[in-house]
Amino acid sequence: MASNLVEKYYRMDKLPHIWCAGCTHGTSMNAVVRAIDKLGYNQDEVCIVSGIGCSSRATGYMDFNTLHTTHGRALAFATGIKMANPKLKVIVITGDGDATAIGGNHFIHACRRNIDITTIVFNNNIYGMTGGQYSPTTPTSSLGTTAPYGNIDPVFNICNVAAAAGATYVARGTAYHTQALINSIVKGLENKGFSVIEAVSDCPTYFGRRNKIGDAVEMMKRLKELSVNVKAAEKLPPEKLEGKIIIGEIKNETRPEYTDEYQNLIDRLKEEEK
Amino acid sequence: MKNNVFLMQGNEACIYGAIDAGMRFFAGYPITPSTELAEVSAQELPKVGGKFIQMEDEIASMAATIGASLAGLKSMTATSGPGFSLKQENLGFACMTEIPCVVVNVQRGGPSTGLPTAPAQGEVMQSRWGTHGDHPIIVISPSSVMEAYMFAVKAFNLSEKYRTPVVLLMDEVVAHMREKIEIPDKSSLEIINRKKPVVDKDKYLPYEDTEDLIPPMANFGEGYRFHVTGLTHDETGFPSTNPANASKQINRLLNKIEMHKEDIIEFDEYLTEDAEIILVSFGAVARSAKSAVKEARSQGKKVGLFRPMTIWPFPEERLKELGKKAKHFIVAEMNMGQLVLEVERIIKSDAVVHLLGKANGEIITPDEIMDKIKEVENIG
Amino acid sequence: MNKKVSTKVIVNKAWCKGCGICVAFCPTNVLEIKDGKVEIVNPEACTRCGLCELRCPDFAIYLGGEEDEK
Ligand SMILES: Cc1ncc(C[n+]2csc(CCOP(=O)(O)OP(=O)(O)O)c2C)c(N)n1
Ligand code: SF4
Ligand code: SF4
Repeated sequence: MASNLVEKYYRMDKLPHIWCAGCTHGTSMNAVVRAIDKLGYNQDEVCIVSGIGCSSRATGYMDFNTLHTTHGRALAFATGIKMANPKLKVIVITGDGDATAIGGNHFIHACRRNIDITTIVFNNNIYGMTGGQYSPTTPTSSLGTTAPYGNIDPVFNICNVAAAAGATYVARGTAYHTQALINSIVKGLENKGFSVIEAVSDCPTYFGRRNKIGDAVEMMKRLKELSVNVKAAEKLPPEKLEGKIIIGEIKNETRPEYTDEYQNLIDRLKEEEK
Repeated sequence: MKNNVFLMQGNEACIYGAIDAGMRFFAGYPITPSTELAEVSAQELPKVGGKFIQMEDEIASMAATIGASLAGLKSMTATSGPGFSLKQENLGFACMTEIPCVVVNVQRGGPSTGLPTAPAQGEVMQSRWGTHGDHPIIVISPSSVMEAYMFAVKAFNLSEKYRTPVVLLMDEVVAHMREKIEIPDKSSLEIINRKKPVVDKDKYLPYEDTEDLIPPMANFGEGYRFHVTGLTHDETGFPSTNPANASKQINRLLNKIEMHKEDIIEFDEYLTEDAEIILVSFGAVARSAKSAVKEARSQGKKVGLFRPMTIWPFPEERLKELGKKAKHFIVAEMNMGQLVLEVERIIKSDAVVHLLGKANGEIITPDEIMDKIKEVENIG
Repeated sequence: MNKKVSTKVIVNKAWCKGCGICVAFCPTNVLEIKDGKVEIVNPEACTRCGLCELRCPDFAIYLGGEEDEK
């Protein structure tokens, strides 16, 4: 018993999924599916690649060409797939730890190449799968099992990193602002180049509980309260933006796309041979 | 000179062989003494409509290689010692998910950064057991530039046929040596491509337990929409923690190679029939060993050479037979004793096994082997 | 294709994990958690905004046609 959308795009025999009650990974996964549906892509032409983590388990449920890789390396696998068959729509689903800790190097280089892959980072500010250790996006002073006295690490701003490294479409959404998140993913997919959509997410089980934020509902209320639209944020002084989640489109630009450039190179060599 | 005869390096020959075998994707990261493999790929692949990419590191190049293969292109990556270590996790992913690919490791002196420009054979064991967990792998090692070409073809054929990564284990000597080679006529080359599914798309089992233990492989984008994971999975490709299934899968993976050993294994023998002392060497050292055999024979000594071309699975049966005939085996290898462990395991007490190991950045010379032969003769 | 009119909110209790997200953010208080699962307590108030469906992490609540109910 499920909606037509779910029946069409999911592997029904694999549902319900393994995520905890109130874990927003399901919400974000469904936002990806809705974006694909909006664009009317043929499932056979879509390839979804993930790394390792709770978030990366998404690929097992989604009825496309799916590849669940090694921790942090999804983008490198996806790069090979896209190079080999540029006709495939390649999407990467990854976590904050997967994308920006162990996979940080692949992340910035995929941005730099501007290869036509859309990456959705399910950022729950924690390592969920391994039980709540701090990640590169765990806020300073927050608690994690490996930060029992409060995290002293400064954080990565995923969107700023992506924009600076050369991604051509960058946006941030939250699981609460689902419709806006879907719209951002649609735009990311439409962008011919490397797109990063940060989906700010909730891990009630580890981040929420340890930091005494409350249950899934409280966590989602927090997403609502902390969010400031990028347009509104522009008018606010930095001190008012402390601890806020800036949502909306961060960057949208056009630059030569990697697989196109390689094809141009092949064509040029063919031309010269004549 | 015929126009299919060239003077070239082992590294160059390897890429020409690979392209003739159908390689259309190469992902690499520069490292001595393997760099020419990337350079020649970058130069030649786009000319045939293939793709080259220099990734950000060896982990990424291994990953991209696997990804490209899954999307349908015959793919290769190449590296040397430190980079080979970095590739191990994803190499295991390819073993587990049964995605064909070829990994060239041009061995240099180790451990760590070691002797970057000097030859070694220190990855005999790493090439077999480098990635964690029990896993199938095929490792082949050329001794000449011509073999670098032919083994590249063979590596792709084996990887496609058995849905497994194949390690082409070269050494700095073979990689950088220049020799005359005759590129065979394309039509004379046997080229093997992965077995494709013939069932309806909704009936496809990407890890089907077939009679030959090799499941047919669909490429992403061909309409089969399957799932690939490094987690232990069942025939459908989806994760399973069921012990009975886990045991079935690991057995199939290992038996897939075991069952086809005869087809996979290749070795070379030189004057072993009546030999009392048999040298066991591979790669560049086998050339020194062959010279030593000639020298020894000229002095009337009954010495022969056994050269595994397939290192893993090791040509066990033939070596065992030889063990019943010869008195001594001398394993000459550019490391402190790796292949010798396998030879000892096989020979047991049938004969005496000796090691001539060296890991100082220099190749083992025929003279050194002759000295060892004399030493062994004195034992009687 | 008069989708809006023929749709109504449907719950799949088997998949509901009782997180309460749909309940908390339903603008017209149609839903409640009872015995750890969501329940439709005030169907007349439903405006078919679809927010529950968008946010439910478990695909356990959605707007469907009458035929989806069987
Ligand atoms: C090479 C390697 N190192 C460590 C792990 C263990 N590990 C599995 S998931 C994970 C963290 C995942 O965190 P994140 O990417 O943020 O995803 P989440 O689980 O929070 O969705 C780690 C460290 C692993 N599987 N592989
Ligand atoms: S541990 Fe956290 S991230 Fe993982 S499923 Fe549970 S709530 Fe989600
Ligand atoms: S959001 Fe979904 S899982 Fe949570 S209570 Fe509502 S129907 Fe149940």
